[in-house]
Amino acid sequence: MVKTVLSLTINGTNRDDVIPDNMLLVDYLRENVGLTGTKIGCDGGECGACTVLINDRPRHSCLTLAVTCQDAKVETVDGLSKDNRLSALQRGFDEKLGSQCGFCTPGMIMASEALLRDNPDPDEAAIRDALAGNICRCTGYVKIIEAVQFAADITREELAS
Amino acid sequence: MSVSERDTLAKDTRPVQSIGVRKPLVDGPEKTTGKAMFAADFQAVDALVGRILRSPHAHAKIISMDTSKAEALPGVKAVVTEADCSDSYGVLPIAMNEWALARDRVRYRGEPVAAVAAKDVATAQAALDLIEVTYEELPAYFTANDARAVGAEILHDDKPGNIEREVDFDLGDVDQGMADADLVREVEVHCAEVCQVQMEPHAAYAEYDPGRERLTIRPSTQVPFYVHKMLSRTMGMADSHIRVIKPHIGGGFGSRTETLQSDLIAGLLARKSRGTVRVVLSREETFITHRGRPESHITMKVGMKADGTITATDFSVVQRGGAYSGYGIVTILYAGSMIYGLYDISSVRFKGFRVLTNTPPCGAFRGHGTVKTRFAFEGLIDDMATELGLDPFAVRRANLLVAPTMTENDLLVNSYGLDQCLDWAEKASDWKARKGKLGPNKGLGMACSHYISGASKPKHWTGEPHATIHLRVDWDASITLLTGAAEIGQGSSTVMAQCVAETLGVDMSRIRVIASDSAVTPKDNGSYSSRVTFMVGNASIDAAQNLKATLVEAAARKLEIAPEDVECLGEVFRGGQQDQGLTFDEVVMEALKGEGTITVKGTYDTIPESWGGKKYRGAAIGGTMAFSYAAQVVEVTVDPYTAEVTVDKVWVAHDCGKALNPLAVEGQVQGSVWMGMGQAMSEETQYHEGLLLHANMLDYRVPTIIESPPIEVGIIEAADPHGPFGAKEAGEGSLSSFLPALTNAVADAMGVRATSLPLTPDRLLELLEKKARDMRANGEAA
Repeated sequence: MVKTVLSLTINGTNRDDVIPDNMLLVDYLRENVGLTGTKIGCDGGECGACTVLINDRPRHSCLTLAVTCQDAKVETVDGLSKDNRLSALQRGFDEKLGSQCGFCTPGMIMASEALLRDNPDPDEAAIRDALAGNICRCTGYVKIIEAVQFAADITREELAS
Repeated sequence: MSVSERDTLAKDTRPVQSIGVRKPLVDGPEKTTGKAMFAADFQAVDALVGRILRSPHAHAKIISMDTSKAEALPGVKAVVTEADCSDSYGVLPIAMNEWALARDRVRYRGEPVAAVAAKDVATAQAALDLIEVTYEELPAYFTANDARAVGAEILHDDKPGNIEREVDFDLGDVDQGMADADLVREVEVHCAEVCQVQMEPHAAYAEYDPGRERLTIRPSTQVPFYVHKMLSRTMGMADSHIRVIKPHIGGGFGSRTETLQSDLIAGLLARKSRGTVRVVLSREETFITHRGRPESHITMKVGMKADGTITATDFSVVQRGGAYSGYGIVTILYAGSMIYGLYDISSVRFKGFRVLTNTPPCGAFRGHGTVKTRFAFEGLIDDMATELGLDPFAVRRANLLVAPTMTENDLLVNSYGLDQCLDWAEKASDWKARKGKLGPNKGLGMACSHYISGASKPKHWTGEPHATIHLRVDWDASITLLTGAAEIGQGSSTVMAQCVAETLGVDMSRIRVIASDSAVTPKDNGSYSSRVTFMVGNASIDAAQNLKATLVEAAARKLEIAPEDVECLGEVFRGGQQDQGLTFDEVVMEALKGEGTITVKGTYDTIPESWGGKKYRGAAIGGTMAFSYAAQVVEVTVDPYTAEVTVDKVWVAHDCGKALNPLAVEGQVQGSVWMGMGQAMSEETQYHEGLLLHANMLDYRVPTIIESPPIEVGIIEAADPHGPFGAKEAGEGSLSSFLPALTNAVADAMGVRATSLPLTPDRLLELLEKKARDMRANGEAA
């Protein structure tokens, strides 16, 4: 089995790990790094629960080989809270009940995070578009849209004040 | 605390309100930060990987099995088969005919046959390939009709004709009712099998303590207690040697309201390997485990007076139940009994067949047993209303119940908000102004539904209270709520904390909920049939009242007044308005004197009047303390060329008695409606020779955010006299009315009646083309 030294940044921390070349990013994150916030909900590319940010872009970590993240900046839901404060999206999904069982939530939040970095004031259509690859089975998506709108609103208010 | 501070506190203090307030979930932050631990997230360094060998045949005898090569493979720590199982299992005490690993025979494709625990995935997979099984194939049946045919091979020796259960009742006078009717119409409907597809694939993490011969397991389940019972039965272990801890659960919707093989296999592998084993199923395996809603064929005949009054109902339901009993008997009984309870109907004849087939076992999907019957009934009465020139709302209003009442099949109805649901849905959707005026290819449809707030008579009838709650208060003055109720994302822990906080008048932040650890928490039957808010909520109130009495007594002692003179304001206990009073912490310290840590208990029991009747075998099914009610309006646009249906908007009113947490009620109702939408429009399991096709979320077609409509919720509060603060269920009742409301809307838009679900574009296109052909044949312009 071919192995590679993978050097990357995960949630702001530099790491070097020797990993097999065929290892998926999601398995690397969950089993080698121990960040189990990223979830596996399907057999590959169906549900979006494993969504992480690679260089600010939302990606399915279950369809990404870890070795392709050489020198990349990888971000997961585990690293979103800054200074022990929930991020705007984490607050939104909590307070607006965008999260019921919570299994799709890490992927939903990371996909939304990518959206808000790109577009701080998304309309409903933009939110739907950004989350089209993320399945939720609890909410009917209604409160997920409200959660993202709430997060966008409080982020803009914080920046304005 | 200074005297003046204390005065201020006493003057400003009021009991904190926690009921009727929009509350985020008490375990919300864990979920949004990724800290919540689901079963698959437990992974000790030395944990073994469990993998399952599954049957390649839909029906076959197992002639021989040789696991020696797998056992000899380096890195393999255990191989288990039926020989490792002490007994069969099943959710109903009268129908335990399943084995964790197939015994002598396999009855569906994908049934677990053997399992291995190995050091890693690759070794476990290699070991499965080394297990040699010789099968002798038997004829297999994939439809209810084929399985019921004369001469068909019998799946289970004690189930002649492959009939799991035949249900019959004939109440009132159906023939007279039909004779009295001004209009009698009949419809045949067919609904596909659907699967819950909860986001989290099934998983279990089992740790065996070889020195003490003890098992600790974390299964992804809605029913930790049932899993506990079935583990001890399957493994031949004492109940007391097993500890079941429920981790965070990624949804259920009924897929986990019975013990699953993966739970039992994890336990068996852990014991045999004398170590720790992770069993995490793939999405495909999760689909195969199934326990979804059965494919059903329904014939429905209704008699109606010219004013819309229903005079009689005569219907039959045939369910394709799959290979094992599971909940089957209960499902077919619900399909019959729950025709009652929504409207004032008395004469009903029902014939139900639950059939065993060589497909994965069905189970108790959200709205258990009621959904397809409701679809058939609500579609038929809508057509009859049209024929009689009645508005769909008017025909429902012509048949309202008046609570309190007992239905003809002895179901207790103590509270009834359907009339208010109808008013809200009609007004919110602007029905009167917009119905029939939306323009071509657009339509409005409506329908009603109801659901139980927990089955009043538990499956395991032991004489224990229906629910038990423990509260513990120690020197730190925090309140620990111990419950066996399974939080699965629906918010059960939150609602219990609210009930306790409200009763005591304290802030919810004082309360810590510890749920579902058999070594710590009291027994609970689990999260199914929407029982938790009603049963466990009431037990929580009872426990909090007992705690309050203890605290009031302590306060009275300290204040040197009589307990009845103590005013409890939550954070302050005082003798009167001039009294500076005692803080909650001071009262707790007083209460601990001579007693130590305070523990109190609360329980809840259903009343015998709610246990359902005895007019036919199985008539207890449907018996509940309270029914929720729902009415919804669905607006659609149909593309006349592709027959693609877009749901533009849904207005749904749900009578939940009292909305303990309006935020959570909305979330539950929206989720129910949306899940009904998937079933109505796109979701369907399909098999080829018993092989599950498209066992993935894309091809099975779970709706994405793109095609999901806005869902406006109207909360109706027809308080139930027995409900906790008047509350009833909120998580299931709104599902089933979506299906007929959708097809009624399509009928309004396009003039065709859909009787086969899901209403995919190909099915609707066929209906539209047939209508065009018929019109041409009649010389009309299409």
